[in-house]
Amino acid sequence: MSLIEGRYGPNIVITSLDKVFNWGRGSSVWPMTFGLACCAIEMMATAASRFDLDRYGIFMRPTPRQADCMIVAGTVSVKMAERLRRLYHQMPEPRWVIAMGSCSISGGPYWEGGYHVVKGVDLIIPVDVYVPGCPPRPEALLDAFLTLKEKIAKETMAKKLA
Amino acid sequence: MQELPEYLSVLKSRFGDRIEEIHAQHDDATAVVKRDAIVEVCAWLRDDEKTLFDLFLDLTAVDYIGRKPRFEVVIHLVSIPFRHRLRLKVRLDEDDPVMPTIIPVYPASNWFERECWDLYGIKFDGHPDLRRMFLQETFVGHPLRKDYPIAKRQPLIELRKSEVRRNDESVEPRPA
Repeated sequence: MSLIEGRYGPNIVITSLDKVFNWGRGSSVWPMTFGLACCAIEMMATAASRFDLDRYGIFMRPTPRQADCMIVAGTVSVKMAERLRRLYHQMPEPRWVIAMGSCSISGGPYWEGGYHVVKGVDLIIPVDVYVPGCPPRPEALLDAFLTLKEKIAKETMAKKLA
Repeated sequence: MQELPEYLSVLKSRFGDRIEEIHAQHDDATAVVKRDAIVEVCAWLRDDEKTLFDLFLDLTAVDYIGRKPRFEVVIHLVSIPFRHRLRLKVRLDEDDPVMPTIIPVYPASNWFERECWDLYGIKFDGHPDLRRMFLQETFVGHPLRKDYPIAKRQPLIELRKSEVRRNDESVEPRPA
């Protein structure tokens, strides 16, 4: 996108293409599963038949190369932080991050005394949507995807957000 | 005071002075063993026909800071044929937190001893591979010791921004 970025204003070509691209990206978010703790169970429940992420065009991918969204579901330990950042950098742009659950938002129950827990995954990588809960219910994760879709709809290729 | 189970009194009569203390309240048969006798006691408990403690359940430690001796290593054993449970304790001094390994008797204690070294800094004499179990090799200190600073952080990679602390005075308290 570097050819276009910062060169053009919101003209008719840019905005029309934005609409197409954002519709495509927002309607088929492929998340990389990053289940680290009990939140992963709720994430699996969200993907399974009762809540069924597939009907939103959301398919879990096993590898970061095929993913454009990372769900950090669970407690990020100091040792895992290194790997998490590496996996994030392996994802192709544009990419988004959902921080699921108290642990990945702020450290959760390990907020004060945890010698081994990173106090929020946003200390490591930028986060787009935070899902509070311990663990959040599948509806909350679904809502996060809808919020992410709204956020994607506002993006433009002429200007990099954040 | 509950009556002592037979295997506990047998243990006491077999080892005498080397068992510092025995008690059994609320079904928790406990024997405090002297450090130098622990391997022998474990081997006897496992092999004797009257005890047969053949299952090693757990090995961990407790930090009684301010008390002497400071550390207590706790070992849990189960006898599958008799359905007996037994807790062994070894008291260790702060200046010399070393205990002989019980791997020759219970090979399963290998990783438990590594965990104990990792989190409490208790050394196991004769352990074949006493490395840290959970934390990174570069970690300084032993975090489950009561004198480990609660706010100490040892990140492996550079963080994007500084951590917001709940006790940070620069953060305005929320209006009630």
